[in-house]
Amino acid sequence: MTARGIAQDVRSGDRRATEVVEAALEEIATHDSAVHAFTAVHTEAARAAARAIDAAVADGRDPGPLAGVPIGVKDNICQRGRVTSCASRILEGWQPPYDATVVGSLVAAGAVIVGTTNMDEFAMGSSTENSAYGPTRNPVDHSRVPGGSSGGSAAAVGAGMVPLSLGSDTGGSIRQPAAFCGVVGVKPTYGLVSRYGLVAFASSLDQIGPFARTVEDAALLLEVISGHDPLDSTSLDAPAPSLVDRLDEGVAGLRVGLCRDLIEGASPEITAAVAAAAEVLAAEGAEIVEMTIPELHYGLSAYYLIAPAEASSNLARYDGVRYGLRVDAPNVAEMNAASRTAGFGDEVKRRIMLGTYALSAGYYDAYYAQAQRTRTLIIDAFAAAYRSVDLILGATTPTTAFALGDKVADPMEMYLSDVFTIPTNLAGHPALSVPAGADAAGLPIGVQLLGPALSEERLLRAAAVIEKKRG
Amino acid sequence: MSDPAPLSAEDVAKVAVLARLNLTDEEIERFTGQLASILGHAADLAALDLSSLKVTEHPLELTNVLRADEVRPSLDRAEVLSQAPAVADHRFLVPQIVGEEA
Amino acid sequence: MVALPDDWEMVVGLEVHTELATATKLFCGCANAFGGEPNTNVCPVCLGLPGSLPVLNERAVELAIRIGLALHCEIAPSVFSRKNYFYPDQPKDYQISQYDKPLNGIGHLDLPDGTRVIVERAHMEEDTGKTTHLGGTGRIHGADESIVDYNRAGVPLVEIVSGPDIRSAEQARLYAAELRAILIATGASDGRMEEGSMRVDANVSVRRGPDAAFGTRCEIKNLNSLRSVQRAIDHEAMRQVTLLEAGERIVQETRHWDEDAGRTQTLRSKEEAYDYRYFPEPDLVPLAPSDEQIDAIRASLPAMPAERRRTLVGLLGGSATESQADQIASVVDQGIDGFVTAAAATGVGAALALARVANELAGALSDGGVLDVATMVTLLEMEEAGEVSATQAKAVLADLVASGGGDPRAVAAAKGFEQMDTGALDAILDQVIADNPDEWQRYLGGDDKLAGFFTGKVMAATKGQADGKAVNAGLRQRRG
Repeated sequence: MTARGIAQDVRSGDRRATEVVEAALEEIATHDSAVHAFTAVHTEAARAAARAIDAAVADGRDPGPLAGVPIGVKDNICQRGRVTSCASRILEGWQPPYDATVVGSLVAAGAVIVGTTNMDEFAMGSSTENSAYGPTRNPVDHSRVPGGSSGGSAAAVGAGMVPLSLGSDTGGSIRQPAAFCGVVGVKPTYGLVSRYGLVAFASSLDQIGPFARTVEDAALLLEVISGHDPLDSTSLDAPAPSLVDRLDEGVAGLRVGLCRDLIEGASPEITAAVAAAAEVLAAEGAEIVEMTIPELHYGLSAYYLIAPAEASSNLARYDGVRYGLRVDAPNVAEMNAASRTAGFGDEVKRRIMLGTYALSAGYYDAYYAQAQRTRTLIIDAFAAAYRSVDLILGATTPTTAFALGDKVADPMEMYLSDVFTIPTNLAGHPALSVPAGADAAGLPIGVQLLGPALSEERLLRAAAVIEKKRG
Repeated sequence: MSDPAPLSAEDVAKVAVLARLNLTDEEIERFTGQLASILGHAADLAALDLSSLKVTEHPLELTNVLRADEVRPSLDRAEVLSQAPAVADHRFLVPQIVGEEA
Repeated sequence: MVALPDDWEMVVGLEVHTELATATKLFCGCANAFGGEPNTNVCPVCLGLPGSLPVLNERAVELAIRIGLALHCEIAPSVFSRKNYFYPDQPKDYQISQYDKPLNGIGHLDLPDGTRVIVERAHMEEDTGKTTHLGGTGRIHGADESIVDYNRAGVPLVEIVSGPDIRSAEQARLYAAELRAILIATGASDGRMEEGSMRVDANVSVRRGPDAAFGTRCEIKNLNSLRSVQRAIDHEAMRQVTLLEAGERIVQETRHWDEDAGRTQTLRSKEEAYDYRYFPEPDLVPLAPSDEQIDAIRASLPAMPAERRRTLVGLLGGSATESQADQIASVVDQGIDGFVTAAAATGVGAALALARVANELAGALSDGGVLDVATMVTLLEMEEAGEVSATQAKAVLADLVASGGGDPRAVAAAKGFEQMDTGALDAILDQVIADNPDEWQRYLGGDDKLAGFFTGKVMAATKGQADGKAVNAGLRQRRG
């Protein structure tokens, strides 16, 4: 059942939230031991929240547009009084004394947070194999990864345990797992959704976004979490957009760029799926324009300098002093080092060192500054592209879900799975992945839609068309 | 723009100290190889002449985001200290600080 | 004051950190208040909890601009940067500061002796928490453990960096004093060094002669008073000269001033500068005050201390004696120069007004009294016209301040202060002269200082009611 359907039924009294939530809890109990999407299930709290919603309805009060909808929240989004650990040993057991702004929005909309979802440690990874809790498995094929870093959120929805979940996307961490798990995933325009309470990985790239089984549900959740937040200086001073109402308006008259730089290198089946999606849009009245944005090829290199640099600074605070893991030592500097060494996994250490190096004296200009200039290059290239097209269509990932253990030996190989998603984070633009069939092995394929800042409405409309035709 | 010097094990060891990470010799060697490989890919950026472009610090064009100078409630101290690894006299307790930084 | 031997010259730059007098911290809504139970004034932002984000305080920006304008700095679009280093009092293990694009660029501060000290920059940054060292002497060396209070973390600071333009410890003290007065005058700070709201660090080096290259410098910290600033710099300069003359080299380092022992000692070696890996703060957006905003702030600034001192000197006719200069500095520093200018505007003699305000009024106000300008001016007019003597005027003033105001004439009448009859005064003066023949002979011989002796005697005899000016006139008249 869709989130929209659930909310409608709960609000009207046709269904009780307690029943919906109980059903979700049972799905989780049945399926999650195999998938391991959740790191924690908030059973009693969820039941209590559901009861409160039913009481509100009985009282004649409207609980909100997500009334009674069970939802999973990624382990890097602060939930007061609940363990928020970013799947890291260094934050094992840490309970924030405050809620992320988006958590407040969910609760105000009547959603019921039933559990916390697994992820790659500190959002660094593309497979959810870098989790201190152990990996999550792809619900379609348990021997394969769900993608990352928001693998738990994607799998929870993909497995049908919950209709909605929240993830975060810094270089593709919503879109890539959405593609791997066969669900819809949206990375909003930078600044559209508050980052207050999102444990930072790369501050100028991170965004929280929705996972859902349908485009409409994703739009509904995105509406709820969007909007200006005075606690976030990088929050856009714009009200939450209206996304659901115009979803059925179709794509007639839209110019869609088919960008070869976001397709070349993808598997033949994925390439075919993108072409098929283009045909679907064309059949509905969109104009397909073949295009190239060669500058996008520099995105990967720029990202793997900027993101680790910001991360190296953002993760300095994990020093064993105020919270988190402390490994005792005779003096504070040694205590810091012992705690961080024991608490961080290899991928996190690698990125911290890479980032520290890129910022260090003598190298700042050659690495960090040059990467930030490359960012300008990519932004300008996108701007030029969007003067001739309204949105861009491409692949989300080069391959479908790979096997667990396949890419852990060489970090660079893992990084390459983000090649099509990274440029949008650098530009601060919105993008989404929408399911577009499966490969011969039955593994889900997603195609990606990209647009300029604040074009979510257009992207969702096009995604709705693709979804409809897919059947 | 001239290429920066390639990454050495000595560089990695120095960076680990800056980042407060203890690495074994094996880790230093392994990380050096991996980081050098990643930085090698960054060499394609070094070749670009981007001197005419400004640095993008933010994807947004925002400036002057300010808040009013009004007091808001602080956290409950007990809740804050309840997460601390070590506390003494309502303060966070740490082992000996050898040599002040900055 | 210490003079360096031969042609040795000290080169000094000062870095002054001032807390800003805002209601809240720089990036969050926690109260900006001194004291308070440890760790009760904290929130996710100033504790640097995972997921927290900074939002800039508009009043802190306004005060920072006021400082920049008062120091004649260029106000420019600016960016916040992260200064990355590990330390327990630094909650995020980086400080949000300003690096290559500070709010306030080059400016200057002119010392009372005319020296112009360049201000290189005055940028905004956040304060750290406070560490208390346990065990040992309470100082960091020898401490077993430390405890950290984050109440102060995130308090807004402006760091004012001077150029290496100061050439003596006394000049350094003057600079610090003048800067403090300016900060108070702008309303940006309360200047309480003893509470840590203004902190001074000195960079000191020495060289042989004014044309020699700069020597290796040491940074001196823990200067908690203007007196320490001067003492420490004198000591450090001499320490360096002594070492260099013995053929040794100066190690570039940070040294701690020990006020009790009267010397500096090594805090940490700074042979290699720490790599702070500055980069622009991605959680904040650039700050670009508009010209209109800056102009409005400039228009709202009161006159700065230097200008107010010049005004008083002008009222004195263009020059001041040493004691008058002290009085001027004192009244401006305490912000009570308005009394003097108001009195002078109604025709009261500036020297009299200055003396009364600097001495009697300042003393009474510091005991917690209040007095309005109009009342003070009236009393000064009375004294100048001879309606009351100096002694009587001081008594009336004390009463007025204690009651928070009143009518000076009514107070004088209630005290029974009337002008002494001239005849009665003459008689008493003659009597005093007759009683002190030796002194009278010396006074006749030209020893003018004895006028004070006779005045004192007359005052005693009249219980302070005599008018000192009349006594002096009487003495001169009798001498011829």
